[in-house]
Amino acid sequence: MDKIWLVIQREYVSRVKKKSFLLVTLLTPLIFPAIMGVFVWIALEEEDNQALRIIEVVDDNKLFFLESSEQYAFSFSDLSSEKAKKLVQDGDRYGFLHIPEFDIEDPSGISFYGEENPSMSLISYLENNLRKKIEEQRLFESGIDPKIINDVRTKVAIKSITLDDEGTETVSDATVNYAIGFVAGILIYMFIFIYGNQIMQGVIEEKSSRIVEILVSSLKPFQLMLGKIIGIAGVGLTQLLIWIVLIGTLTTIVTGFLGMQMPQQQAMELANPELAQGLAQNTDMGDILLVLSGINYIQIVLSFVFYFLGGYLLYGALFAAIGSAVDAPSDAQQFMLPVTIPLIVAYMGLFVFVLNDPNSTTSFWLSVVPLTSPIAMMGRVSYGVPIWELMLSMGLLIVGFLFTTWVAGKIYRIGILMHGTKPSYKTLWKWIKTNN
Amino acid sequence: MLKIEKLNKSYGVNKALTDVDLNVSEGVVFGLLGPNGAGKTTLIRIINQIIDGDSGEVYIGGELLAPKHIELIGYLPEERGLYKKMKVWDQMLYFARLKGLSPQEAKIKIKYWLEKLEMETWKDKKIEDLSKGMAQKVQFISTIIHNPPLLILDEPFSGFDPVNAEIIKNEILELKEKGTTVILSTHRMESVELLCDQVAMINRSKKILDGTIKKLKSTYRPEVYSVTLDQLKKDLPTEWISKEDEGSFNFTLPLSGKKPNDLLNELMQYGQVSRFQELIPSMEEIFIHQVKSTENG
Repeated sequence: MDKIWLVIQREYVSRVKKKSFLLVTLLTPLIFPAIMGVFVWIALEEEDNQALRIIEVVDDNKLFFLESSEQYAFSFSDLSSEKAKKLVQDGDRYGFLHIPEFDIEDPSGISFYGEENPSMSLISYLENNLRKKIEEQRLFESGIDPKIINDVRTKVAIKSITLDDEGTETVSDATVNYAIGFVAGILIYMFIFIYGNQIMQGVIEEKSSRIVEILVSSLKPFQLMLGKIIGIAGVGLTQLLIWIVLIGTLTTIVTGFLGMQMPQQQAMELANPELAQGLAQNTDMGDILLVLSGINYIQIVLSFVFYFLGGYLLYGALFAAIGSAVDAPSDAQQFMLPVTIPLIVAYMGLFVFVLNDPNSTTSFWLSVVPLTSPIAMMGRVSYGVPIWELMLSMGLLIVGFLFTTWVAGKIYRIGILMHGTKPSYKTLWKWIKTNN
Repeated sequence: MLKIEKLNKSYGVNKALTDVDLNVSEGVVFGLLGPNGAGKTTLIRIINQIIDGDSGEVYIGGELLAPKHIELIGYLPEERGLYKKMKVWDQMLYFARLKGLSPQEAKIKIKYWLEKLEMETWKDKKIEDLSKGMAQKVQFISTIIHNPPLLILDEPFSGFDPVNAEIIKNEILELKEKGTTVILSTHRMESVELLCDQVAMINRSKKILDGTIKKLKSTYRPEVYSVTLDQLKKDLPTEWISKEDEGSFNFTLPLSGKKPNDLLNELMQYGQVSRFQELIPSMEEIFIHQVKSTENG
């Protein structure tokens, strides 16, 4: 036990002391907010400095009216198509919207001419306005006053409340649950990949530099493997902790500094005013607080830590086994597939099944099978999972982790002393079966 | 110190060790000889408990080999290895701690050895910044840092220049004086003759001979004498192919079953015997001869 502890210390200290660790750890959380900040800043700048774009509108129906905005002004005229196009070509107009005479039942042939591709937001703004006007026109023609329609229009927002066996009611919001599951799942996925690879590299380094022969004359290969896996887990947790603190602080600073003028909101309003309004109504501060307070944080945090470590240990052992079987990182490729496939299945499954329908059969299996459960279960936990399913999944993960560590130990023990031979799956199987 | 009985090990169909017996007395330098692939490394790995034998027993100090014996052994493998990015001091500390030394003990020992081999100035250097010879010295110290009563050195002189090889050789002899048992696995026969008290030779998984150097040399002497005759009284028999050098005749004669004295008497009839010397085989000759004869037989 003392010796494992020595290995853990060495693996941890030698990595944390590296300059590259310090750089990555400090820069990564700086980079994301920095990129975001720069984008926000550029977007704001652009909006302020942009020259007003004039769009020539030729409406052969004489039906439509488009309201000018800060960015776009609409000039209505009876110019011929050719003349209007000429204006665009000469640069006098940003674009030319041609609305030919059409059948109100089947509007078609509306075209936008521009020297450059118009932005998505402009096109959807135009489409929305035209659609609204056509709808109004058609209502009017079938004898209904559009005003009545406007008055009748109602907003409905469903407040979702979960009931547990004791009858306690908790307000929930799928969006918040989705976000939590999404972030947790991705974090675990990335952690397994990045640090699993570090384990593999470390094993290959010890093997190819032949240190391993000296090490295993002082301690058991299994102790060495476990020490390395745990030591690197410590490095990962340290990094994660620093990131959480840094990102938290930085986001607060950045959002505080830029104020609340987030341009997404404006872009959204321009593109789809109804949705934006709906969002604004739904995201009532009080409701959000209610939802946030309804989340079972303790369960989520505990499961996150459990699956984070469990998944890492399960895969970490496999990465160590791969490293021990090969002489150089480039040879590792052939054995990576059985490790990467379940990880990718879990990752895809999280988005395709789990987050969309946490209680489906597929989601259940994804969150119970040990190879996929660390990632998939996090997508379900935030929505709330029956306690027996959680226990089953955790129990199986522990069994799975013990099993992969046992298998990996068998491969590792022989692999680290084998040089110059490229093992196949068949040889690995032989190693697993060998008793000494 | 070390006793091995009927040790067997095979890798699949390949036999690495077949019924190997060994007996290494305490306080000797024991040479483990054999061509590449003979099974030396396998034997050493089994003693170090890196791998297990298939059958047979290994005893250390009379006790059946067990995990606790790891701390009694210092092992220098043929393929050296150190963490390239680690500093000399940290590296030695790590190896010493793995061999069971407390941090305080380890620090005292490391300081002692760094001073002894005049390496104090390197202690904060990374291994990758050292020359090969310097790294070898670090490796050697790491091997003996915990004062093991049994030292297993696999080709200890490879990678050293003559000056440093001499230093290491003297350290080995000094350790032996202090009672350390040393197992030396090597191809370099001159170091065997200089250092070893006992040897064992392994070829194709089997031990083909063992004993003290003196005993081996006498067992395997060719019973041939080298003779110089002066002032010839009569012509030499034609089968004695001799070389004349200013009136002296040099040649070799096998005993052919006679006693040395009879042979000498016979020679005296031909002239003045100015040299009569038995040819002693070098370890290298014994080694090559034995390897060839086991391979042909």
